[in-house]
Amino acid sequence: MQPWPWYVSGALIALIMFIMLYFGKSFGFSSNLRTLCTMCGADKFAPFFQFNWKEQSWNLMFLIGSGIGGYIAMNFLSPEGYTVAISEATIADLADLDFDTVKGYVPDSQFSWEAMSNATNLWILIAGGFMVGFGARYAGGCTSGHAISGISNLQPASLLAVVGFFIGGLAMTHFLFPFIY
Amino acid sequence: MFKSEAASWYRIQEMFRFQSFHMYGIIGLAVALGVPMVWLIKKNNMKDFTGAPIVFQPKNWSIWRYLLGGTIFGLGWALSGACPGPIVVNIGAGYGGYVIVLASAILGTFVYGLIRNKLPH
Repeated sequence: MQPWPWYVSGALIALIMFIMLYFGKSFGFSSNLRTLCTMCGADKFAPFFQFNWKEQSWNLMFLIGSGIGGYIAMNFLSPEGYTVAISEATIADLADLDFDTVKGYVPDSQFSWEAMSNATNLWILIAGGFMVGFGARYAGGCTSGHAISGISNLQPASLLAVVGFFIGGLAMTHFLFPFIY
Repeated sequence: MFKSEAASWYRIQEMFRFQSFHMYGIIGLAVALGVPMVWLIKKNNMKDFTGAPIVFQPKNWSIWRYLLGGTIFGLGWALSGACPGPIVVNIGAGYGGYVIVLASAILGTFVYGLIRNKLPH
């Protein structure tokens, strides 16, 4: 089964950004991580978390909607045995690492509930998540906030952030993965 | 995010290996449409649904926070195969590992909040 073409997704993302702007908000997902911290009581620990999180509830709705969307897409809009349609070159590269079979949407060997019982896998998940959370707040945004919203607003700072994203992503993929996997 | 496979770890690998246009097409088109969209909104002083002007917050220039923060984010993006939105999408899709990723992302955010005044900005 073929994925939705890139132009459908790209256009929808632009539409979503427009809808957010029209409702007086902005398109940027990672601030939800800060809101979640505050909801868990982080405001007792640092001024960064001392804000009225209820004013961010619109973005939490987006987060919840994203989760629902994932659920619906996986369970109702994807056929049995669905596998992402990535390139042959990528499949070959991944086989050189630990990923012999490309199956499904993400590697079960790394991200399934069962995979968590392996300590190495768990550390990979923890490290990956930690860097995403830390890095996104340090940079003040993730892909949606910088690569899409920030660059659409022609912000040089966002371009620099995206350069950073790629330095990190390329370093991990090309230099660190061979050690990790 | 899900149906275009933008939330797929495999696609992120493909992107960082430059082995397909797909992910670049998604983000590229969003930006190609976003730039004129923002420009038109500004030029026409467009109002939002409440009648208030749509404002864009400019970001202060800084090398450290964007380059360093961005690089750390990128390392995590490649390792976890997802940025914050896709993390949640994948939880919805049933991939339990991403619950750990999300919890850890929240922890990372928390640690940043604690130590940020010691970091170059």
